[in-house]
Amino acid sequence: MKKENSRRSFIKNISLATFSALALSGCNMEIFDEFLQKNFRTLSKKEKDKIIKNLEIKYKEKYGKEFRVSVKLAIDVTLFVYALYLSKCVGFRRCVYAYVKENNLSRNPQIHYIEVLQMDKEKGIDFADSDAQYNPEKVPEKGHFYLPVQCQQCRNPQCVTVCPVKATWQEPDGIVVVDYNWCIGCRYCMAACPYGARHFNWGEPYVPVEELNTELHFLGNRPRMKGVVEKCTFCIQRVREGKYPACVEICPVGARKFGNLLDPESEIRYILENKRVLVLKQELNFQPKFYYFFGN
Amino acid sequence: MTGSIRIIFHGSKIYYAWLILLLLLILWGGSGYLGQITHGLIRTNMRDSVSWAFYIGNFTFLVGVAAAAVMLVIPAYIYDWKPIKEIVIFGELLAVCAVIMCLAFIIVDLGNPLRFWHMLPLIGILNFPYSMLSWDFFVLSVYLLINLYVVTYLLYCIFYKKDYKKSIVLPLVLISIPMAVAIHTTTAFLYNALPGRIFWNSALLAPRFLASAFCSGPAILLILFQILRKTTKFEIKDEAIWTIAELMVYAMFIYLFFTIAELFKEFYSGTEHILYWKYLLFGIGDHKEIVPYSWSSIIMGCIAFILFLIPKTRKNFLTLNIGAVLIYGSVYVEKGIALIIPAFTPDVLGQIYVYTPSWTEIKTAVMVFSLGFLLFTFLSKIAIAIIFDDYNIDSLDKKMRLPK
Repeated sequence: MKKENSRRSFIKNISLATFSALALSGCNMEIFDEFLQKNFRTLSKKEKDKIIKNLEIKYKEKYGKEFRVSVKLAIDVTLFVYALYLSKCVGFRRCVYAYVKENNLSRNPQIHYIEVLQMDKEKGIDFADSDAQYNPEKVPEKGHFYLPVQCQQCRNPQCVTVCPVKATWQEPDGIVVVDYNWCIGCRYCMAACPYGARHFNWGEPYVPVEELNTELHFLGNRPRMKGVVEKCTFCIQRVREGKYPACVEICPVGARKFGNLLDPESEIRYILENKRVLVLKQELNFQPKFYYFFGN
Repeated sequence: MTGSIRIIFHGSKIYYAWLILLLLLILWGGSGYLGQITHGLIRTNMRDSVSWAFYIGNFTFLVGVAAAAVMLVIPAYIYDWKPIKEIVIFGELLAVCAVIMCLAFIIVDLGNPLRFWHMLPLIGILNFPYSMLSWDFFVLSVYLLINLYVVTYLLYCIFYKKDYKKSIVLPLVLISIPMAVAIHTTTAFLYNALPGRIFWNSALLAPRFLASAFCSGPAILLILFQILRKTTKFEIKDEAIWTIAELMVYAMFIYLFFTIAELFKEFYSGTEHILYWKYLLFGIGDHKEIVPYSWSSIIMGCIAFILFLIPKTRKNFLTLNIGAVLIYGSVYVEKGIALIIPAFTPDVLGQIYVYTPSWTEIKTAVMVFSLGFLLFTFLSKIAIAIIFDDYNIDSLDKKMRLPK
């Protein structure tokens, strides 16, 4: 068993070497703590508080601004649902940029959570013939309609099922979130998502300091690191405080509707009860909580 | 231990040239990987549209190699080829190296390779049994351990001139054969399990995987056995090599049949799902970048099939070896590019992002392959010394006693 011995000592040596290299490179305990940080869902309240405090200090050192990082849990009897009034959307793409700003998305390399597709009216919803790069002087263009696609917050999210390390999950209020500290960056979830809703930080994300949103949620818009997957969280930092997502607020034509499905008085409940709605790629049975509807 | 090191670093001039070549390739490839480590996967040509590509393709190919190397034990047993123990040893050594290379390709594909420990049992959280990737990781690890154990145990026994216990080896070899099928099937299911990726959502995917693995895996062993036969006391009859070639013809035929069945269904029904095959075979609009890959794979495969099919060329070692190299190349391109890229192009929202591997990806792949070959060379060198060159405990004792 000589070979096994050498292998074992090799592993021992290399881990020693790594450890001492880490220690020598003047890396403080903070990085080490971060490396050893557990999955968010297994953290105790005390551990969470400590991590949040450290994060706030770290962000202040890095960006010179005061940040507030929230870990606010889902509110009881809440199921967030989205509806998009297709006849109203004219493809301004304001939502795309509002989202980028609110959620501290990397500007370079550029990440967008919302893809607005220009579709041919004659063909109906046909992805193969759609155009995401449309750039005319004036929208809407004749003969076309616009279909914004973002995370559909499926009730049966396959991106969650396939994750090999449980770094992503569905919260009780229906929002699918990612623990950026636990994600190993294998991108299986991106292969699984049929809506292109998951995005990867291929390089070190860059956000101009003056444009940083300082109201953060741990599972939402806090600054990301390279090599992790991120996605739309319905602006978790806003909706759990009772506000609308940024894309709903910015939409100049009022095409975007959002609310709590379990609240019988909500607008979203009215829409689902009274309009004819559809979901994208319904045949896959992922059961999105993101509905589209046409006119009355 | 020191003896093994001496064996590794002693050899003919060709052997040294081979080692230096591998080292240079590792350094050259390593420079690419270093760039990827510092700047992130942005150095690759993968983007959100095509989020898996060349690395995962290489991984898939090597799973096939690892599987086929051990499955070759079945015919060796049935046809009663004489050197069955040697075939088991070299097949399992190849499997061990191939699985290690698989894991290496997974690690270079991760955005956060340092967080790999999140997947380990006890200290991490493995999403078992829900995620197919956790299954794949699980079966690959078990397969690696079984093969590593069997091959080390066999060599250990030969080295110490002990008889190996059949009650230990035989069950493990018998387990490793279905495990070989399992690793490849699980890898196929990894892709198959995604209804959103229509190109992979075919029940024929796993059978095609196995058939193609049976084409490429034995091709390596075919050439390896010839080298061993020339340079060592390893004896294998021509008939055994021809039988391997014959089995490869069956595998190729089955693969061809499955592919034609798939193509018929797609093209005759002509639904929108045809888009991905179209992109692979003909390109869409001006985007024809992967067409050369797919056709080179098809042409290489067809030539190899003909060379192996005709008895005259199958029994001629020159044409046989050309065929083996061609089928290896064909399956490599098929698994590396043709299996993965069309599943992502056009992407789920119908947009086309043209992907071809970047230099960083090619360099990193070269690095992993060279490291794997180096490991395989060293392990085979030790195995050859133990099995054929009377490198054992007695010879070592004698040397120790000799004054310097």
